[in-house]
Amino acid sequence: MEAVIYEERTEQIHRKGDKPFALSCDKESLAGAVSQRACVFCGSRVVLYPIADALHLVHGPIGCAVYTWDIRGALSSGPELHRLSFSTDIQERDVIFGGEQKLYQALIELIDRHQPKAAFVYSTCIVGIIGDDLEAVCKKVSAEKGIPVLPVQSEGFKGNKRAGYAAACEAMNKLVGMGDTKGISKHSINILGDFNLAGEIWLVREYFEKIGVQVVANITGDGRVGDIQRAHGAALNLVQCSGATMDLANMMKKRFGTPNLRVSYFGVEDMAEALYAVADFFKDEEIMARTRQLVADEVKGLQAELNEYRRELTGKKAAIYVGGAFKAFSLIKAFRLLGMDVVMVGSQTGTNEDYEELAEICDPGTIIVDDSNPLELSSFLKEKDVDIFVGGVKERPIAYKLGVAFCDHNHERKEILAGFAGMRNFAREVHASVMSPVWRFVPRKSPGNSASAVSSA
Amino acid sequence: MTTMTYKKKYVSTTNACKLCRPLGAMIAFRGIEGAVPFLHGSQGCATYMRRYIISHFNEPIDIASSSLGEKNAIYGGGANIKQGLSNVINKFQPSLVGIATTCLTETIGDDVHMLLHQFCAEAKGQTLPEMVHVSTPSYDGTHIEGFHGAVRAAVDSLATAGHPSETVNLLPGFISPADIRYLQEIMADFALPTVILPDISDTLDGPALRKYEMIPGGGTTINEIKSMGTAQATIEFGRTVNEKLSSGLLLNDRFDIPCTRLGLPMGLRETDLFFAELETISGKTTPEKYSRERGRYVDSFVDGHKYVFGKRAIVYGEEDFVVGLTALLVEFGIKPVLCASGGKSGKLTAAIAAVSDDILKEQPLVREGMDFFEIAEEAESLAPDLLIGHSKGYPLAKKLNIPLLRVGFPVHDRLGGQRILHLGYRGAQMLFDQIVNSVIEQKQDSSSVGYSYM
Repeated sequence: MEAVIYEERTEQIHRKGDKPFALSCDKESLAGAVSQRACVFCGSRVVLYPIADALHLVHGPIGCAVYTWDIRGALSSGPELHRLSFSTDIQERDVIFGGEQKLYQALIELIDRHQPKAAFVYSTCIVGIIGDDLEAVCKKVSAEKGIPVLPVQSEGFKGNKRAGYAAACEAMNKLVGMGDTKGISKHSINILGDFNLAGEIWLVREYFEKIGVQVVANITGDGRVGDIQRAHGAALNLVQCSGATMDLANMMKKRFGTPNLRVSYFGVEDMAEALYAVADFFKDEEIMARTRQLVADEVKGLQAELNEYRRELTGKKAAIYVGGAFKAFSLIKAFRLLGMDVVMVGSQTGTNEDYEELAEICDPGTIIVDDSNPLELSSFLKEKDVDIFVGGVKERPIAYKLGVAFCDHNHERKEILAGFAGMRNFAREVHASVMSPVWRFVPRKSPGNSASAVSSA
Repeated sequence: MTTMTYKKKYVSTTNACKLCRPLGAMIAFRGIEGAVPFLHGSQGCATYMRRYIISHFNEPIDIASSSLGEKNAIYGGGANIKQGLSNVINKFQPSLVGIATTCLTETIGDDVHMLLHQFCAEAKGQTLPEMVHVSTPSYDGTHIEGFHGAVRAAVDSLATAGHPSETVNLLPGFISPADIRYLQEIMADFALPTVILPDISDTLDGPALRKYEMIPGGGTTINEIKSMGTAQATIEFGRTVNEKLSSGLLLNDRFDIPCTRLGLPMGLRETDLFFAELETISGKTTPEKYSRERGRYVDSFVDGHKYVFGKRAIVYGEEDFVVGLTALLVEFGIKPVLCASGGKSGKLTAAIAAVSDDILKEQPLVREGMDFFEIAEEAESLAPDLLIGHSKGYPLAKKLNIPLLRVGFPVHDRLGGQRILHLGYRGAQMLFDQIVNSVIEQKQDSSSVGYSYM
């Protein structure tokens, strides 16, 4: 089993209880190790992507655009411009002679065609190398077309996803402050770090509206350029998925003094906590009373239903591997609510603080891992005899090949997993996968007969 | 006959109908036994391609990366490619590493041949796997050029001369695992020892396992690839494959092995050509199993012809797939009105004409270098009845409210893309039934009568 661990990576894996906590993270991925990480461009693209009335133009060869075409829900209640994949499709001659002219023409063409409220122009590896002046082209087009045209400095090789989050926040920061803040209530918030993959932000907004808090801007799920431009009018920034949008919250704090709170909408406990934190912040009796009422209403009935699932799921083992570590905290709590044990938890881009906190709340023996890869993950799943693995598309075949249940908590999910209703969906999905009869037929669980004795080809 | 030479209308690309070059190379390398596909570039490329490939095959695909960072982009990726290779070799113990470049490493000017040479020299005394390198700048060509380029690179560096054998080289192009299994069956039934390169039939459609395999079992073995230089004949599919990327022509040049280049055996007549070739090579007549498959297929034409005659289809995707589908469709009376691809072989118009112009009164619009925005624009005036191609045409099908028959790659919104059979009489039969039924279903669903018979 140890043979699967790269020597250079031993410091990035910790087993709670083995020795005092120490985990190395925030490093460049090890060459040759099949990291599950993506690139800077990916980070920027996922954060900005849900802004539905903006044009998102990828300046680069076709791959960068086509692999990110409509890859996640990012549902919109109105325009759907974000679901189209725009590219300058850089060719060899552009690499030799420069791509600025092509970028300029493409921008003009697309802005004329789609009349967006703003345009984001993503830089890719190749653009960083050939040295196109994105800033200058964007400025020129912005002046000609009268809309914000924002360069996103997301050259893929410049780091990992988190550098891309920062570049996305830089770009959005240029929008904030441009709009009129008239008519914004003193009890108002921006929702940062929810991407409305399956409609979560609609649910969360509804909760806030019910307790009497106005939501100014969704950043960025079901996002609109105009809302982001007036986001500085909100009294508070609520930041989920802190890795992705905390930078923007910090910038807004500096520029406008907007305070922020870190929250999570996932799981009963965290959702309720988020609502109470907001009510507390506004120190308004009515808001607090409505919050209590809302939580009471929502939880009523839910516990009974969860108990049903809990009966069958108690003692089952879960493994978690996510992009940013923050989501892992909520997942651990949610699994505990279902009576399940988390035996492995890891992330692509967690920070030191994230991992320290994780180590604190995990049970002894839990494996904590940074920037893992299929070899390690598959060996952990086997070692811990895991019943369900939670991750994204790239983790799915690892679980399935081994005959382990799986829950997509990332781009491809289609059910809301946030809020009180989301907890019900989560429990249902975990239950549906873990309790499926198919596992009794997979080699892992069945001694089998001669027909099942496939080693492989 | 009207042939359209198409000049791109727009500077920008919207919803591309192609993928980037390195992706094709990764899939081709995955079809070699014991191989680890390796991308020399930044980490994101490998991850994105893995994700894209996984969503179609529902199988693990590990693609190693040299994970270049900012410093490497400035000073060169030499150290990273070497570290990456040595990690891959130590951990995976591959028999081959298939290395493809990316736009980044092509542009910063890394000399991969030299770096590999250095790596081997520095590893003196160590047993190293085969290393096959293909240049795949993402800004030139599509995944199909990457695919053929990788196959050719493998043949180029491994195939050797030797005692002439009875083996047949079969270069199928990018087809499904189900297609490859069917080809294997056909070759076995003709009693022809065959090397199929690449062979993704197990590596990208494997059984459930007790243990995660570092490298999935299956694939063309290295010895088989070596033996390709001694074969009695080569059959290469793909009417639009560039000569410079043709492994069949390479084998012909270097080892004097006769090469027959055919279209993908899709539909009746393209499949007939393939079987005729097998009869010639083997000196045997087609086994009855296949002539009966063919007979049933023709019989079904008669049963279904009325439902599809004159139906207007837009066919899109990889060029050779578009040619094969067009060949298949015209034989039972469907009228392709647009044959579109993101590829730019320069051969599509001629290839479409070759497989259809004796049946069609009028050639369809044939366009290379197209994206889905342009396809949608053309569709407005073409009034198609159905779309045939991969999943990415779904938004258009939905907008037009017409059926989409999912074939080829990628199929991201349905299960079992890897098990779609496209080739031969058997594959044609399955496609035919689906096409006819989708037309019937469309009519049934839009009728208020609720017919319960055809």
